[in-house]
Amino acid sequence: MKISKEEIEKIAHLARLDIDETQKETLSGQLSHILGYIDKLTDVDVEGVIPSSGAAFLTNVLREDQFSGSPGPDVTLANAPERDQDFYAVPRVV
Amino acid sequence: MDLHALTLANAQKLLARGKISSVELTAAFLDRIQAHDDRIKSFITVDKPGALAQAQKADELIAKGLQAPFTGIPIALKDLLCTQGVKTTCASKILDNFIPRYDATVVAKLKAEQAVLIGKTNLDEFAMGSSTENSSFRVTRNPWNLDHVPGGSSGGSAAAVAAQFCCGALGTDTGGSIRQPASHCGVVGLKPTYGRVSRFGLVSYASSLDQIGPITRDVADAAMMMNLICGNDPKDSTSARVDVPDFTLALQQFESQSLRGMKAGIPKEYLDVEGIDPDVLALFERAKKVLEGLGVEIVEISLPHTEYVVAAYYIIAPCEASSNLARFDGVRYGFRDHSSQDIIEMYKKTKSKGFGPEVQRRIIIGTYALSAGYYDAYYGRASQVRTLIMEDFTKAFDQCDLILSPVAPTPAFKIGENTGDPLTMYLSDIFTLSANMAGVPGISVPAGVSSLGLPVGIQMMAKRFDEMSLLRAGFGFERALDLKTRFPVLS
Repeated sequence: MKISKEEIEKIAHLARLDIDETQKETLSGQLSHILGYIDKLTDVDVEGVIPSSGAAFLTNVLREDQFSGSPGPDVTLANAPERDQDFYAVPRVV
Repeated sequence: MDLHALTLANAQKLLARGKISSVELTAAFLDRIQAHDDRIKSFITVDKPGALAQAQKADELIAKGLQAPFTGIPIALKDLLCTQGVKTTCASKILDNFIPRYDATVVAKLKAEQAVLIGKTNLDEFAMGSSTENSSFRVTRNPWNLDHVPGGSSGGSAAAVAAQFCCGALGTDTGGSIRQPASHCGVVGLKPTYGRVSRFGLVSYASSLDQIGPITRDVADAAMMMNLICGNDPKDSTSARVDVPDFTLALQQFESQSLRGMKAGIPKEYLDVEGIDPDVLALFERAKKVLEGLGVEIVEISLPHTEYVVAAYYIIAPCEASSNLARFDGVRYGFRDHSSQDIIEMYKKTKSKGFGPEVQRRIIIGTYALSAGYYDAYYGRASQVRTLIMEDFTKAFDQCDLILSPVAPTPAFKIGENTGDPLTMYLSDIFTLSANMAGVPGISVPAGVSSLGLPVGIQMMAKRFDEMSLLRAGFGFERALDLKTRFPVLS
């Protein structure tokens, strides 16, 4: 299962990661190796097996739609790397 | 009396009788950390003023007769748990200045009893790793031998308990991260059933696998912590609505006959695993005999999908992680790369500078496996295999009450020994991953030391919500084994 440099670039973009050329080589090798191992899952007969959705075995955990107060902008924005009044300031989006 | 040598239970008793104060106890631990932790490096943050202030308040409560089980008891917390006003880094550069504005539920529970939160311990970055070598700040050393790893990802917590820097600690376990470092450091570690303990305020790695649990000096202390941390939480929609028994009371009622007739199953596939260290096998054999001596019947069982557990886990966990870690984008908190011209560049630069190599590797694996065209083949299929693993356990528990196994194929390896090939590191998780995949509880209890003087634990797993069997069996085993050397001597 060989993962090409182009695939690494595509996945890195999806994951919003910057991978430099040397890292692409290393990652391509490591990922191919790991995914090659993961391929053994194709040996398992999963015909008719329902995929598990976790280990909680719960359904529809609901609560009353009650407002219980909010911490307010000063608490919520306390860790903002850049703040503009009650907004998070970010570089241009569009 | 060496205050730092007190177990949680004994500290509680002496505080109740007024024989010691929380301030004295806390100061004793802080002094010991000061003297030795520069070599062991178990803590990321030690909150000396905070801890002493909390100890002071605790002493006031005790004097008024308002002592709760954890009042005045110094506890260390893995730095993956949000503590209001105290830096919480997840051992990552992306959060190296992050101060949460709220407490995790387990932290709130400790604070409600006026426990002393002595500090935040080191871990593999975002809990991804089995050695604590993936911390972005420092590598914690195994207190038994400083050239060896403490295990991971809760290596800091396990080392802190083994080095007697606190009465007990909380760790987290997604694929073995409480049990394996507990085994490598010669202490007790328990991963509760999925949903037993609220994950609110725990920075998520893999939401369907993560659980918080105790790392303690002995099984009775683990029971005390379980009494405190277990229970439904409306803030965690995956937390179970199941009654919490009084684990401490059950151990107080334990008698030597208590384990008679219990069946412990050993999965035949586990003993076929390649590369199990002979010392691990020998200590496992001895552990079996000790349990048989207590009247436990050893039976052979089968977990047929064992050979697929590592593969299934190393798809499911990275997939969930790739989603969970998307939030660390420099927008609302944590590190932000300020040199970017547009938002996409900011995301990429922030994450690439902020996340370490193992975290980036797992995000890439997860993103790949969840991408269009691959989802069914990887995540879909791994989730089906997970169902089969769960069924293996359900069938096995028809044959036995406990499943017995080693915790890791080898004792703690040397620092740097396994960092060359990620897959080698992943394969060493073979015995612990299944409990997270199936959602069942598991405990690691010290079983002796290797010929090189490194601790080795044994693991017991039980049915979902049957931590009682783990604690009772662990307690009986611990007492019967009666290890002479319980803690390393720090030079």
